[in-house]
Amino acid sequence: MTPHKLQVAKTVVHLAALAPLALLLWQMWAVAKTGSNALGADPVAEIEHRLGLWALRFLVLALAVTPLRQLTGWAVLVRFRRMLGLYAFAYATLHLVAYVGLDLRGYWTQLFEDIAKRPYITVGFLAWLLLVPLAVTSTTGWIRRLGRNWARLHTLVYAIGVLAVLHFWWLVKSDIREPALYAGLVALLLGWRIWKRWQPRTFPSARA
Amino acid sequence: MRLHPTPPIPAGEITPEAVYRDRRRLLAALGALPALGLSGCGEAAPPPSRVVVTPEQARSGFRTSEELTREADATSYNNFYEFGTAKDDPATAAKTLRTTPWTVAVGGHCAKPGKVSLEDLLKGLPPQERIYRMRCVEGWSMVIPWLGVPLGDVLKRFQPTSKAKYVAFTSLADPRQMPGVRVPTLDWPYREGLRIDEAMHPLTLLATGLYGKPLPQQNGAPLRLVVPWKYGFKGIKSIVAITFVESMPKTAWNMAQPSEYGFYSNVNPAVDHPRWSQKTERRIAGSASKLFAERIPTLPFNGYAGQVASLYAGMDLKKWF
Repeated sequence: MTPHKLQVAKTVVHLAALAPLALLLWQMWAVAKTGSNALGADPVAEIEHRLGLWALRFLVLALAVTPLRQLTGWAVLVRFRRMLGLYAFAYATLHLVAYVGLDLRGYWTQLFEDIAKRPYITVGFLAWLLLVPLAVTSTTGWIRRLGRNWARLHTLVYAIGVLAVLHFWWLVKSDIREPALYAGLVALLLGWRIWKRWQPRTFPSARA
Repeated sequence: MRLHPTPPIPAGEITPEAVYRDRRRLLAALGALPALGLSGCGEAAPPPSRVVVTPEQARSGFRTSEELTREADATSYNNFYEFGTAKDDPATAAKTLRTTPWTVAVGGHCAKPGKVSLEDLLKGLPPQERIYRMRCVEGWSMVIPWLGVPLGDVLKRFQPTSKAKYVAFTSLADPRQMPGVRVPTLDWPYREGLRIDEAMHPLTLLATGLYGKPLPQQNGAPLRLVVPWKYGFKGIKSIVAITFVESMPKTAWNMAQPSEYGFYSNVNPAVDHPRWSQKTERRIAGSASKLFAERIPTLPFNGYAGQVASLYAGMDLKKWF
Protein backbone atom coordinates (compact mmCIF):
# COMPACT_ATOMS: atom_id res chain seq x y z
CA MET A 1 0.00 0.00 0.00
CA THR A 2 1.38 3.40 -0.98
CA PRO A 3 1.69 6.02 1.78
CA HIS A 4 -1.10 7.97 0.12
CA LYS A 5 -3.47 5.03 0.00
CA LEU A 6 -2.65 4.22 3.62
CA GLN A 7 -3.49 7.78 4.58
CA VAL A 8 -6.83 7.57 2.80
CA ALA A 9 -7.59 4.22 4.43
CA LYS A 10 -6.73 5.59 7.86
CA THR A 11 -8.98 8.58 7.33
CA VAL A 12 -11.84 6.27 6.41
CA VAL A 13 -11.26 4.22 9.56
CA HIS A 14 -11.14 7.38 11.70
CA LEU A 15 -14.44 8.58 10.25
CA ALA A 16 -16.05 5.19 10.74
CA ALA A 17 -14.78 5.03 14.32
CA LEU A 18 -16.07 8.48 15.15
CA ALA A 19 -19.46 7.96 13.51
CA PRO A 20 -21.07 6.19 16.50
CA LEU A 21 -19.91 9.00 18.78
CA ALA A 22 -21.17 11.66 16.39
CA LEU A 23 -24.56 9.95 16.17
CA LEU A 24 -24.75 9.68 19.95
CA LEU A 25 -23.83 13.33 20.48
CA TRP A 26 -26.39 14.39 17.90
CA GLN A 27 -29.08 12.31 19.63
CA MET A 28 -28.07 13.71 23.03
CA TRP A 29 -28.39 17.20 21.64
CA ALA A 30 -31.83 16.36 20.26
CA VAL A 31 -32.98 15.02 23.62
CA ALA A 32 -31.62 17.99 25.53
CA LYS A 33 -33.02 20.49 23.07
CA THR A 34 -36.42 19.06 22.21
CA GLY A 35 -37.05 16.30 24.75
CA SER A 36 -37.26 13.89 21.84
CA ASN A 37 -37.34 10.13 22.17
CA ALA A 38 -34.06 9.72 20.27
CA LEU A 39 -32.44 7.82 23.14
CA GLY A 40 -35.54 6.07 24.47
CA ALA A 41 -37.16 6.47 27.86
CA ASP A 42 -33.93 6.15 29.82
CA PRO A 43 -31.28 8.12 27.88
CA VAL A 44 -28.59 7.69 30.54
CA ALA A 45 -28.80 3.91 30.35
CA GLU A 46 -28.74 4.03 26.55
CA ILE A 47 -25.69 6.33 26.47
CA GLU A 48 -23.77 4.17 28.94
CA HIS A 49 -24.65 0.97 27.18
CA ARG A 50 -23.79 2.21 23.72
CA LEU A 51 -20.43 3.69 24.74
CA GLY A 52 -19.50 0.48 26.52
CA LEU A 53 -20.53 -1.62 23.57
CA TRP A 54 -18.36 0.41 21.17
CA ALA A 55 -15.39 0.18 23.55
CA LEU A 56 -15.78 -3.60 23.49
CA ARG A 57 -16.18 -3.67 19.70
CA PHE A 58 -12.98 -1.71 19.14
CA LEU A 59 -11.17 -3.93 21.61
CA VAL A 60 -12.28 -6.99 19.64
CA LEU A 61 -11.21 -5.31 16.39
CA ALA A 62 -7.77 -4.48 17.84
CA LEU A 63 -7.42 -8.08 19.00
CA ALA A 64 -8.44 -9.28 15.54
CA VAL A 65 -5.59 -7.48 13.74
CA THR A 66 -2.85 -10.04 14.38
CA PRO A 67 -4.91 -13.15 13.54
CA LEU A 68 -6.23 -11.46 10.38
CA ARG A 69 -2.73 -10.44 9.36
CA GLN A 70 -1.51 -14.00 9.86
CA LEU A 71 -4.44 -15.45 7.96
CA THR A 72 -4.37 -13.05 5.03
CA GLY A 73 -0.70 -12.15 4.94
CA TRP A 74 -1.64 -8.45 4.74
CA ALA A 75 1.16 -6.93 6.80
CA VAL A 76 -0.41 -3.47 6.40
CA LEU A 77 -3.20 -4.37 8.83
CA VAL A 78 -0.85 -3.78 11.75
CA ARG A 79 -0.77 -0.11 10.82
CA PHE A 80 -4.39 0.16 12.03
CA ARG A 81 -3.90 -1.61 15.34
CA ARG A 82 -2.87 1.41 17.39
CA MET A 83 -5.82 3.54 16.34
CA LEU A 84 -8.29 0.71 17.00
CA GLY A 85 -6.83 0.26 20.47
CA LEU A 86 -6.96 3.98 21.16
CA TYR A 87 -10.59 4.14 20.07
CA ALA A 88 -11.34 1.28 22.47
CA PHE A 89 -9.70 3.35 25.21
CA ALA A 90 -11.53 6.52 24.19
CA TYR A 91 -14.97 4.85 24.20
CA ALA A 92 -14.17 3.06 27.47
CA THR A 93 -13.20 6.39 29.03
CA LEU A 94 -16.42 8.05 27.83
CA HIS A 95 -18.34 5.02 29.14
CA LEU A 96 -16.80 5.56 32.59
CA VAL A 97 -17.34 9.33 32.42
CA ALA A 98 -21.01 8.77 31.52
CA TYR A 99 -21.44 6.39 34.46
CA VAL A 100 -20.01 8.87 36.93
CA GLY A 101 -21.13 12.15 35.37
CA LEU A 102 -24.54 11.30 33.90
CA ASP A 103 -25.73 8.36 35.94
CA LEU A 104 -24.35 8.62 39.49
CA ARG A 105 -24.10 12.42 39.37
CA GLY A 106 -24.67 13.72 42.93
CA TYR A 107 -24.01 10.21 44.20
CA TRP A 108 -20.65 9.91 42.41
CA THR A 109 -18.89 8.76 45.58
CA GLN A 110 -20.89 5.56 45.17
CA LEU A 111 -18.33 4.72 42.47
CA PHE A 112 -15.78 3.69 45.10
CA GLU A 113 -18.28 1.44 46.83
CA ASP A 114 -19.26 0.01 43.45
CA ILE A 115 -15.64 -0.74 42.54
CA ALA A 116 -15.06 -2.41 45.89
CA LYS A 117 -18.33 -4.32 46.18
CA ARG A 118 -19.76 -5.01 42.74
CA PRO A 119 -17.70 -7.59 40.84
CA TYR A 120 -18.97 -6.47 37.42
CA ILE A 121 -17.88 -2.91 38.15
CA THR A 122 -14.61 -4.10 39.70
CA VAL A 123 -13.62 -5.95 36.52
CA GLY A 124 -14.92 -3.18 34.28
CA PHE A 125 -12.93 -0.55 36.12
CA LEU A 126 -9.87 -2.79 36.12
CA ALA A 127 -10.17 -3.24 32.36
CA TRP A 128 -10.23 0.53 31.91
CA LEU A 129 -7.34 1.02 34.35
CA LEU A 130 -5.18 -1.48 32.46
CA LEU A 131 -5.97 0.30 29.20
CA VAL A 132 -4.42 3.52 30.56
CA PRO A 133 -0.75 2.42 30.43
CA LEU A 134 -1.34 0.88 27.00
CA ALA A 135 -2.78 4.14 25.68
CA VAL A 136 0.05 6.17 27.24
CA THR A 137 2.77 3.93 25.78
CA SER A 138 1.17 3.77 22.35
CA THR A 139 3.32 6.56 20.94
CA THR A 140 6.29 5.85 18.68
CA GLY A 141 8.61 7.37 21.27
CA TRP A 142 7.43 4.98 23.99
CA ILE A 143 7.59 2.02 21.66
CA ARG A 144 11.27 2.86 20.98
CA ARG A 145 12.08 3.53 24.63
CA LEU A 146 10.49 0.34 25.95
CA GLY A 147 12.00 -1.91 23.31
CA ARG A 148 11.16 -5.57 23.94
CA ASN A 149 9.28 -4.63 27.11
CA TRP A 150 6.72 -2.77 25.00
CA ALA A 151 5.38 -6.00 23.53
CA ARG A 152 5.44 -7.59 26.96
CA LEU A 153 3.46 -4.70 28.46
CA HIS A 154 0.93 -4.78 25.66
CA THR A 155 0.09 -8.43 26.24
CA LEU A 156 -2.11 -6.89 28.96
CA VAL A 157 -4.68 -6.44 26.22
CA TYR A 158 -5.48 -10.16 26.46
CA ALA A 159 -6.43 -9.73 30.13
CA ILE A 160 -8.39 -6.59 29.26
CA GLY A 161 -10.38 -8.52 26.67
CA VAL A 162 -11.35 -11.14 29.25
CA LEU A 163 -12.21 -8.51 31.90
CA ALA A 164 -14.32 -6.49 29.47
CA VAL A 165 -16.35 -9.56 28.51
CA LEU A 166 -16.82 -10.47 32.19
CA HIS A 167 -18.01 -6.92 32.86
CA PHE A 168 -20.69 -7.30 30.20
CA TRP A 169 -21.61 -10.87 31.14
CA TRP A 170 -22.03 -10.15 34.85
CA LEU A 171 -24.32 -7.19 34.40
CA VAL A 172 -27.02 -8.87 32.32
CA LYS A 173 -29.97 -10.33 34.19
CA SER A 174 -30.77 -13.44 32.24
CA ASP A 175 -30.35 -13.05 28.49
CA ILE A 176 -26.66 -13.79 28.01
CA ARG A 177 -26.78 -14.05 24.22
CA GLU A 178 -25.13 -10.72 23.47
CA PRO A 179 -22.27 -10.98 26.00
CA ALA A 180 -21.84 -14.60 24.91
CA LEU A 181 -21.27 -13.41 21.35
CA TYR A 182 -18.43 -11.14 22.46
CA ALA A 183 -17.08 -13.81 24.80
CA GLY A 184 -16.97 -16.16 21.82
CA LEU A 185 -15.13 -13.62 19.67
CA VAL A 186 -12.55 -12.88 22.38
CA ALA A 187 -12.12 -16.61 23.06
CA LEU A 188 -11.60 -17.20 19.35
CA LEU A 189 -9.03 -14.42 19.02
CA LEU A 190 -7.09 -15.46 22.13
CA GLY A 191 -7.46 -19.14 21.26
CA TRP A 192 -5.94 -18.45 17.85
CA ARG A 193 -2.82 -17.06 19.52
CA ILE A 194 -2.49 -20.08 21.82
CA TRP A 195 -2.96 -22.40 18.90
CA LYS A 196 -0.29 -20.53 16.90
CA ARG A 197 2.19 -20.88 19.76
CA TRP A 198 1.74 -24.63 19.74
CA GLN A 199 2.34 -24.89 16.01
CA PRO A 200 5.74 -26.30 14.97
CA ARG A 201 7.91 -23.39 13.90
CA THR A 202 9.91 -25.28 11.30
CA PHE A 203 8.60 -23.36 8.28
CA PRO A 204 7.65 -19.95 9.56
CA SER A 205 7.72 -18.39 6.09
CA ALA A 206 5.18 -20.88 4.74
CA ARG A 207 2.40 -19.11 6.60
CA ALA A 208 3.25 -15.57 5.68
CA MET B 1 -59.22 -4.48 22.94
CA ARG B 2 -61.62 -3.49 25.69
CA LEU B 3 -61.68 -3.06 29.38
CA HIS B 4 -64.41 -5.02 31.06
CA PRO B 5 -67.67 -3.56 29.83
CA THR B 6 -69.52 -2.61 33.04
CA PRO B 7 -69.17 0.27 33.48
CA PRO B 8 -67.14 1.66 30.60
CA ILE B 9 -64.41 4.20 31.34
CA PRO B 10 -65.89 7.54 30.45
CA ALA B 11 -64.11 9.22 27.57
CA GLY B 12 -60.81 7.70 28.65
CA GLU B 13 -59.76 6.66 25.20
CA ILE B 14 -60.02 10.10 23.72
CA THR B 15 -58.35 12.16 26.41
CA PRO B 16 -55.12 13.72 25.17
CA GLU B 17 -52.20 13.32 27.54
CA ALA B 18 -51.90 17.07 28.17
CA VAL B 19 -55.54 17.35 29.15
CA TYR B 20 -55.10 14.23 31.20
CA ARG B 21 -52.24 15.80 33.11
CA ASP B 22 -54.27 18.95 33.78
CA ARG B 23 -57.11 16.86 35.07
CA ARG B 24 -54.71 15.07 37.38
CA ARG B 25 -53.56 18.36 38.78
CA LEU B 26 -57.16 19.42 39.37
CA LEU B 27 -57.97 16.18 41.12
CA ALA B 28 -54.89 16.48 43.25
CA ALA B 29 -55.95 19.99 44.21
CA LEU B 30 -59.35 18.73 45.28
CA GLY B 31 -57.65 16.53 47.80
CA ALA B 32 -58.32 12.97 48.79
CA LEU B 33 -61.37 11.44 47.21
CA PRO B 34 -64.00 9.68 49.29
CA ALA B 35 -63.70 5.99 49.97
CA LEU B 36 -63.29 3.91 46.82
CA GLY B 37 -64.67 0.42 47.15
CA LEU B 38 -62.71 -0.36 50.26
CA SER B 39 -65.51 -2.09 52.13
CA GLY B 40 -64.42 -5.48 53.29
CA CYS B 41 -60.70 -5.03 53.08
CA GLY B 42 -60.56 -5.37 56.84
CA GLU B 43 -61.80 -8.95 56.49
CA ALA B 44 -58.71 -9.89 54.53
CA ALA B 45 -58.07 -13.59 55.11
CA PRO B 46 -55.08 -15.19 56.86
CA PRO B 47 -52.94 -14.40 58.71
CA PRO B 48 -55.89 -13.03 60.68
CA SER B 49 -53.93 -11.75 63.66
CA ARG B 50 -52.28 -8.97 61.67
CA VAL B 51 -53.72 -5.49 61.60
CA VAL B 52 -53.14 -4.62 57.99
CA VAL B 53 -54.06 -1.04 57.26
CA THR B 54 -56.95 1.32 57.90
CA PRO B 55 -58.91 2.59 54.90
CA GLU B 56 -57.52 6.08 55.51
CA GLN B 57 -53.94 4.83 55.55
CA ALA B 58 -54.55 2.86 52.39
CA ARG B 59 -56.10 5.80 50.57
CA SER B 60 -53.11 7.97 51.31
CA GLY B 61 -51.12 5.60 49.09
CA PHE B 62 -53.58 5.63 46.20
CA ARG B 63 -52.07 8.65 44.54
CA THR B 64 -48.99 10.80 44.60
CA SER B 65 -48.30 14.36 43.62
CA GLU B 66 -44.98 13.38 42.03
CA GLU B 67 -44.48 14.16 38.37
CA LEU B 68 -45.93 11.48 36.09
CA THR B 69 -43.90 9.45 33.63
CA ARG B 70 -44.79 10.24 30.03
CA GLU B 71 -47.24 7.79 28.55
CA ALA B 72 -44.85 7.35 25.60
CA ASP B 73 -42.08 6.29 27.98
CA ALA B 74 -44.23 3.96 30.09
CA THR B 75 -45.44 2.21 26.94
CA SER B 76 -42.08 1.93 25.13
CA TYR B 77 -39.71 0.90 27.93
CA ASN B 78 -40.92 -2.46 29.11
CA ASN B 79 -39.50 -5.61 30.62
CA PHE B 80 -41.75 -8.24 29.10
CA TYR B 81 -39.32 -11.00 28.13
CA GLU B 82 -42.08 -12.98 26.41
CA PHE B 83 -41.65 -10.42 23.63
CA GLY B 84 -37.86 -10.03 23.77
CA THR B 85 -35.33 -8.85 26.31
CA ALA B 86 -34.62 -5.37 24.92
CA LYS B 87 -36.65 -2.63 26.57
CA ASP B 88 -38.16 -1.53 23.26
CA ASP B 89 -38.94 -5.06 22.01
CA PRO B 90 -42.39 -5.46 23.63
CA ALA B 91 -43.73 -2.18 22.20
CA THR B 92 -43.36 -3.61 18.69
CA ALA B 93 -43.43 -7.38 19.16
CA ALA B 94 -46.40 -7.47 21.53
CA LYS B 95 -48.76 -6.26 18.81
CA THR B 96 -49.31 -9.93 17.98
CA LEU B 97 -50.85 -10.65 21.38
CA ARG B 98 -54.60 -11.31 21.12
CA THR B 99 -56.37 -10.20 24.28
CA THR B 100 -59.96 -10.98 23.35
CA PRO B 101 -61.39 -13.36 24.27
CA TRP B 102 -59.43 -13.81 27.49
CA THR B 103 -60.09 -16.29 30.23
CA VAL B 104 -58.49 -16.72 33.62
CA ALA B 105 -58.40 -20.06 35.42
CA VAL B 106 -58.90 -19.55 39.14
CA GLY B 107 -58.35 -22.59 41.30
CA GLY B 108 -56.64 -24.18 44.25
CA HIS B 109 -57.84 -23.76 47.81
CA CYS B 110 -61.11 -21.93 47.25
CA ALA B 111 -64.80 -22.75 47.43
CA LYS B 112 -65.69 -21.52 43.96
CA PRO B 113 -62.94 -22.35 41.49
CA GLY B 114 -63.56 -21.87 37.81
CA LYS B 115 -62.44 -20.74 34.43
CA VAL B 116 -63.93 -17.32 33.91
CA SER B 117 -63.90 -14.77 31.17
CA LEU B 118 -62.19 -11.48 31.87
CA GLU B 119 -65.59 -9.77 31.76
CA ASP B 120 -67.02 -12.08 34.42
CA LEU B 121 -63.89 -11.85 36.54
CA LEU B 122 -64.28 -8.09 36.84
CA LYS B 123 -68.07 -7.80 36.64
CA GLY B 124 -69.49 -5.17 38.96
CA LEU B 125 -66.11 -3.85 40.01
CA PRO B 126 -65.68 -0.32 38.66
CA PRO B 127 -62.12 0.46 37.61
CA GLN B 128 -60.32 2.75 40.03
CA GLU B 129 -57.43 4.99 39.28
CA ARG B 130 -54.22 4.61 41.25
CA ILE B 131 -51.11 6.68 40.70
CA TYR B 132 -48.26 4.50 41.85
CA ARG B 133 -44.51 4.71 41.83
CA MET B 134 -42.95 1.74 40.07
CA ARG B 135 -39.40 0.82 41.06
CA CYS B 136 -37.59 -1.61 38.79
CA VAL B 137 -35.01 -3.92 40.34
CA GLU B 138 -32.59 -2.59 37.69
CA GLY B 139 -32.46 0.81 39.40
CA TRP B 140 -34.93 3.01 37.53
CA SER B 141 -38.44 4.10 38.43
CA MET B 142 -41.58 5.60 36.94
CA VAL B 143 -44.82 7.16 38.20
CA ILE B 144 -47.80 5.61 36.43
CA PRO B 145 -51.55 6.25 36.60
CA TRP B 146 -53.11 2.80 36.51
CA LEU B 147 -56.71 1.73 36.14
CA GLY B 148 -57.78 -1.44 37.83
CA VAL B 149 -59.57 -3.14 40.65
CA PRO B 150 -58.24 -4.19 44.03
CA LEU B 151 -57.00 -7.76 43.67
CA GLY B 152 -58.62 -8.63 47.01
CA ASP B 153 -62.09 -7.76 45.71
CA VAL B 154 -61.60 -10.20 42.85
CA LEU B 155 -60.08 -12.96 44.96
CA LYS B 156 -62.90 -12.87 47.52
CA ARG B 157 -65.40 -13.90 44.85
CA PHE B 158 -63.75 -17.32 44.71
CA GLN B 159 -63.95 -17.73 48.50
CA PRO B 160 -60.43 -18.80 49.41
CA THR B 161 -60.31 -21.33 52.23
CA SER B 162 -58.08 -21.21 55.30
CA LYS B 163 -55.53 -23.29 53.39
CA ALA B 164 -55.02 -20.44 50.94
CA LYS B 165 -51.84 -19.00 52.44
CA TYR B 166 -50.45 -17.75 49.14
CA VAL B 167 -51.70 -16.79 45.71
CA ALA B 168 -49.82 -17.96 42.62
CA PHE B 169 -50.12 -16.22 39.25
CA THR B 170 -49.24 -17.48 35.79
CA SER B 171 -48.74 -15.53 32.57
CA LEU B 172 -49.70 -16.63 29.12
CA ALA B 173 -46.82 -18.45 27.44
CA ASP B 174 -47.82 -18.96 23.83
CA PRO B 175 -44.82 -19.29 21.52
CA ARG B 176 -46.99 -18.43 18.51
CA GLN B 177 -47.98 -15.07 19.91
CA MET B 178 -44.90 -14.45 22.03
CA PRO B 179 -41.59 -14.74 20.17
CA GLY B 180 -39.57 -14.39 23.40
CA VAL B 181 -41.06 -17.62 24.76
CA ARG B 182 -39.20 -19.53 22.05
CA VAL B 183 -35.97 -18.52 23.82
CA PRO B 184 -35.20 -19.95 27.28
CA THR B 185 -34.31 -16.60 28.89
CA LEU B 186 -36.58 -17.65 31.77
CA ASP B 187 -38.32 -20.90 32.65
CA TRP B 188 -41.67 -20.23 30.97
CA PRO B 189 -44.42 -19.57 31.78
CA TYR B 190 -43.66 -16.50 33.87
CA ARG B 191 -44.81 -17.12 37.42
CA GLU B 192 -45.31 -14.85 40.38
CA GLY B 193 -46.82 -15.07 43.81
CA LEU B 194 -47.95 -13.13 46.85
CA ARG B 195 -48.69 -14.04 50.41
CA ILE B 196 -52.46 -13.94 50.89
CA ASP B 197 -52.33 -10.85 53.12
CA GLU B 198 -50.24 -9.06 50.48
CA ALA B 199 -52.73 -10.11 47.83
CA MET B 200 -55.64 -8.81 49.90
CA HIS B 201 -53.94 -5.51 50.70
CA PRO B 202 -55.90 -2.53 49.36
CA LEU B 203 -52.85 -1.20 47.48
CA THR B 204 -52.51 -4.40 45.44
CA LEU B 205 -54.10 -3.78 42.08
CA LEU B 206 -55.27 -5.97 39.25
CA ALA B 207 -54.67 -3.47 36.47
CA THR B 208 -56.62 -3.24 33.23
CA GLY B 209 -55.49 0.16 32.03
CA LEU B 210 -53.14 3.07 32.30
CA TYR B 211 -53.37 6.77 31.50
CA GLY B 212 -57.14 6.43 31.27
CA LYS B 213 -56.88 3.88 28.46
CA PRO B 214 -57.01 0.11 28.18
CA LEU B 215 -53.71 -1.56 28.98
CA PRO B 216 -51.50 -1.78 25.87
CA GLN B 217 -50.18 -5.26 25.10
CA GLN B 218 -46.60 -4.36 26.02
CA ASN B 219 -47.73 -3.34 29.51
CA GLY B 220 -49.36 -6.70 30.16
CA ALA B 221 -52.79 -6.58 28.55
CA PRO B 222 -55.43 -7.40 29.32
CA LEU B 223 -54.77 -8.06 32.99
CA ARG B 224 -51.67 -7.56 35.11
CA LEU B 225 -50.65 -7.27 38.70
CA VAL B 226 -49.37 -4.03 40.25
CA VAL B 227 -47.82 -4.23 43.71
CA PRO B 228 -46.33 -0.79 44.20
CA TRP B 229 -44.14 -1.56 47.23
CA LYS B 230 -42.37 -4.42 45.45
CA TYR B 231 -39.88 -4.43 42.59
CA GLY B 232 -41.54 -4.19 39.21
CA PHE B 233 -40.96 -7.81 38.19
CA LYS B 234 -43.53 -8.89 40.79
CA GLY B 235 -46.12 -7.22 38.56
CA ILE B 236 -46.85 -10.26 36.42
CA LYS B 237 -48.37 -9.49 33.02
CA SER B 238 -51.07 -11.06 30.84
CA ILE B 239 -52.36 -13.28 33.65
CA VAL B 240 -54.12 -16.51 32.65
CA ALA B 241 -54.17 -18.37 35.96
CA ILE B 242 -54.63 -17.49 39.62
CA THR B 243 -54.22 -20.31 42.14
CA PHE B 244 -54.70 -20.33 45.90
CA VAL B 245 -51.93 -22.43 47.39
CA GLU B 246 -50.80 -23.49 50.84
CA SER B 247 -47.03 -23.14 50.45
CA MET B 248 -44.85 -20.43 48.93
CA PRO B 249 -45.21 -20.70 45.15
CA LYS B 250 -42.31 -20.74 42.70
CA THR B 251 -41.64 -17.46 40.98
CA ALA B 252 -39.88 -16.95 37.64
CA TRP B 253 -36.99 -14.73 38.68
CA ASN B 254 -36.41 -16.58 41.91
CA MET B 255 -36.15 -19.81 39.92
CA ALA B 256 -33.68 -18.16 37.55
CA GLN B 257 -31.43 -16.61 40.22
CA PRO B 258 -32.49 -17.45 43.81
CA SER B 259 -29.63 -15.50 45.38
CA GLU B 260 -30.67 -12.32 43.57
CA TYR B 261 -34.47 -12.33 43.49
CA GLY B 262 -36.36 -13.32 46.61
CA PHE B 263 -40.02 -14.26 46.88
CA TYR B 264 -40.90 -11.05 48.70
CA SER B 265 -38.78 -8.61 46.68
CA ASN B 266 -39.99 -5.63 48.65
CA VAL B 267 -38.25 -2.45 47.56
CA ASN B 268 -35.52 -2.00 50.14
CA PRO B 269 -32.56 0.41 49.86
CA ALA B 270 -30.87 -1.43 52.74
CA VAL B 271 -30.68 -4.70 50.82
CA ASP B 272 -28.58 -4.42 47.69
CA HIS B 273 -29.01 -6.64 44.71
CA PRO B 274 -25.90 -8.85 44.89
CA ARG B 275 -24.60 -7.18 41.74
CA TRP B 276 -25.67 -3.57 42.18
CA SER B 277 -26.75 -1.02 44.75
CA GLN B 278 -30.44 -0.39 45.47
CA LYS B 279 -29.87 2.78 47.48
CA THR B 280 -30.87 5.19 44.73
CA GLU B 281 -32.83 5.15 41.48
CA ARG B 282 -33.10 7.03 38.20
CA ARG B 283 -36.56 8.57 38.01
CA ILE B 284 -37.98 8.49 34.50
CA ALA B 285 -40.64 11.19 34.69
CA GLY B 286 -41.65 14.50 33.22
CA SER B 287 -43.34 15.72 30.09
CA ALA B 288 -40.18 15.42 27.94
CA SER B 289 -37.19 13.09 27.73
CA LYS B 290 -34.50 14.22 30.08
CA LEU B 291 -30.89 13.70 29.16
CA PHE B 292 -30.05 13.79 32.82
CA ALA B 293 -32.67 11.74 34.63
CA GLU B 294 -32.94 12.72 38.24
CA ARG B 295 -31.27 10.33 40.66
CA ILE B 296 -33.21 10.09 43.88
CA PRO B 297 -32.92 8.02 47.06
CA THR B 298 -34.91 4.79 47.07
CA LEU B 299 -37.36 4.58 49.95
CA PRO B 300 -38.18 1.50 52.06
CA PHE B 301 -41.19 -0.27 50.54
CA ASN B 302 -40.92 2.24 47.70
CA GLY B 303 -42.41 4.94 49.93
CA TYR B 304 -45.40 2.79 50.97
CA ALA B 305 -44.00 1.80 54.38
CA GLY B 306 -46.94 3.57 56.09
CA GLN B 307 -49.34 1.26 54.29
CA VAL B 308 -47.48 -2.05 54.20
CA ALA B 309 -44.65 -2.23 56.74
CA SER B 310 -46.99 -3.84 59.30
CA LEU B 311 -47.37 -6.84 56.97
CA TYR B 312 -43.77 -7.71 57.72
CA ALA B 313 -43.61 -6.92 61.43
CA GLY B 314 -41.06 -9.13 63.09
CA MET B 315 -39.59 -10.41 59.81
CA ASP B 316 -35.90 -10.08 59.06
CA LEU B 317 -36.12 -8.30 55.70
CA LYS B 318 -32.46 -9.02 54.95
CA LYS B 319 -33.23 -12.70 55.14
CA TRP B 320 -36.64 -12.50 53.47
CA PHE B 321 -35.54 -10.18 50.69
